[in-house]
Amino acid sequence: MSVTPETAPAPAGGAGGGPLLAVENLRVGFATEDGRVQAVDGVNFTLEPGEVLAIVGESGSGKSVTAQTLIGLTRSPNSHIEGSVRLSGEELTTKSERELQKVRGSKIAMIFQDPMTSMNPVYTVGKQIIEAIRAHDSSVNRRDARGQAVELLGAVGIPDPERRVNDYPHEFSGGMRQRAMIAMGLALEPSVLIADEPTTALDVTIQAQILHLIQDLNRSRGLATILITHDLGVVAEVADRVLVMYGGKVVEQGTLDDIFYDPQHPYTWGLLGSLTRLDQPRPHRLPQISGAPPSLLNLPKGCAFRPRCPHEFGKCSEVPSLAAHLLEDPKHLDRCWLDAEKKRQLRQVEPNRIGLEEPV
Amino acid sequence: MLRFAVRRLIGAIAVLFAISVLVFLIFNVVPATNPAARIAGKNATPQLIKNVEEEWGFNKSLPEQYWTQMKLIFTGKATSYSLAHINIDQRILEGIPQTASLCIGAAIIWLAFGIFFGYISAIRAGGFVDRFVTVIALIGISMPVFWLASIFLYYLTYKVELFPASGYVSLSNPAEWAKHLILPWVCLAVLFAGFYSRVLRSSMLDVMNEDYVRTARAKGLSQRRVMVRHVLRNSLIPIVTLFGLDFGVLIGGGAIVTESLFQIEGVGYFTAEALNQQDFPSIMAVTIFGAFFIVLFNTIVDIAYAYLDPRIRLGTSAA
Repeated sequence: MSVTPETAPAPAGGAGGGPLLAVENLRVGFATEDGRVQAVDGVNFTLEPGEVLAIVGESGSGKSVTAQTLIGLTRSPNSHIEGSVRLSGEELTTKSERELQKVRGSKIAMIFQDPMTSMNPVYTVGKQIIEAIRAHDSSVNRRDARGQAVELLGAVGIPDPERRVNDYPHEFSGGMRQRAMIAMGLALEPSVLIADEPTTALDVTIQAQILHLIQDLNRSRGLATILITHDLGVVAEVADRVLVMYGGKVVEQGTLDDIFYDPQHPYTWGLLGSLTRLDQPRPHRLPQISGAPPSLLNLPKGCAFRPRCPHEFGKCSEVPSLAAHLLEDPKHLDRCWLDAEKKRQLRQVEPNRIGLEEPV
Repeated sequence: MLRFAVRRLIGAIAVLFAISVLVFLIFNVVPATNPAARIAGKNATPQLIKNVEEEWGFNKSLPEQYWTQMKLIFTGKATSYSLAHINIDQRILEGIPQTASLCIGAAIIWLAFGIFFGYISAIRAGGFVDRFVTVIALIGISMPVFWLASIFLYYLTYKVELFPASGYVSLSNPAEWAKHLILPWVCLAVLFAGFYSRVLRSSMLDVMNEDYVRTARAKGLSQRRVMVRHVLRNSLIPIVTLFGLDFGVLIGGGAIVTESLFQIEGVGYFTAEALNQQDFPSIMAVTIFGAFFIVLFNTIVDIAYAYLDPRIRLGTSAA
């Protein structure tokens, strides 16, 4: 349970060496009966302690696969993983399953989308937390582990944790189960928390509570967080930096402000345009991005977003690379052939409103 | 928990009552011939038939007949006229140790092998071990008990005198007891072991896709712990269901072929005798006896569910 020097909060890009988590050119493919599915195609990012990185995209954009691959959960005989994932400089993709088990839970914890089904129904909540603790340190006896479990449940805001620790998951509400999942994730004081759509299955007030809990933990413990979501409202609430994914590729990458106030990729405009804005008059119908996400078995030639993009032109039949197109902001990357000035005009579908097309 | 068990038990008693009525109707009301004559046997004198009619209440109304006959069977006063005037209940009671020895031993073997093969087959799904086990299981399922028993008897007791040919030795001599029972145990267990391994394999493969299994892996648990504590534990419900039914049938006298071929004079052996002689009182008693065990083990299974899945324990209102 000790905090090793390299996982302690350090200033970004400081003297401590590289970033806490560095993902380079990560590619994940699955062999299926219909051919190879390239679920993730060349993802790069870094994560510093205390930072919240959001990965946004529609279903099938590769965001969950990216996250699960970080701790090797997508390893299987039919998967093919390339690229590099380094935690505090240590390469994870080449580790054996047994070595990775030591990383999972203790250094990188993960919580999942549906708290209803993510806990084993036949064991008490306490038992499942104790199991996580003792899996990594068998010298902790049951009584101490139970004490820790009670403490953790209290820390994530479960009332009367001394009693609730003996409850089964079905005796918890959805929000409490997600809190318990977070408690389980925090049990070994990991340096990275991966939250895969942690609020999708919850109602709105509970969503806000869970997000604030994650944000608090992120600040108070310097916990680096990867937040996977399709909900830009959630992103706006907690993220520092944002990765927008489409068809297995990152299409735009920047700070929260970059993405919300100066979005460069038409797909990002579409996502922003389809948000309900409470601070602006409502159009008759909420805009949508027409069409459906592409099949990963058969991606369109050139830019993957081309068939759904109203601003498509000749150049789009070539694959654009992820690059900085703004001189003043070299860390804001996007994957679009349009010229920066042109983009500023096109995305302004209404005064004060960014979108893909004019709302109907 | 207690309320749950009590309600299940009351249900079980109701089911048993219904079965006894049904058995009574099938054996006494539906056939067109004189039931007393059938009970009295082939060479019965008119006087004997008259006595039987008196004893089994055939000269009274149907509810009274039912009452008289159940009283005979349940108080242990029913006599078989076709089978050397034995007391039916006493014959069944004498058969219980032999049937129980056979069934409990076989059950231990088939559960151990069924779960072991199902488990290794599931964790190596698609691989060589899985295919090998699948073939073995299918061979086991496909071998009829009478054929396997005949092969065993011919090769292992006659050609090579490895085991005693037949009979039963009481548990007071454990070595001989086991020696006499090994072949019948294996014969009875082979089919079930094969079948259970297939059921467990598919149940485990289903559970492996559950979200909580992914959570368990994400916690950093070892592969073995994930498989045993999370996957296997949650895959046992179909196995428990099957076991309750199968074991109830066998201990209630269902191992007719095995008991007959190996000369184990248990309940199943007696059932075969009763069927051969068409001795209706015996058949009726054995049927009710068998039904009792099936209902009993189903009740035990229901209670076991509550232990296996805590979500059921609280469902007392639904029980």
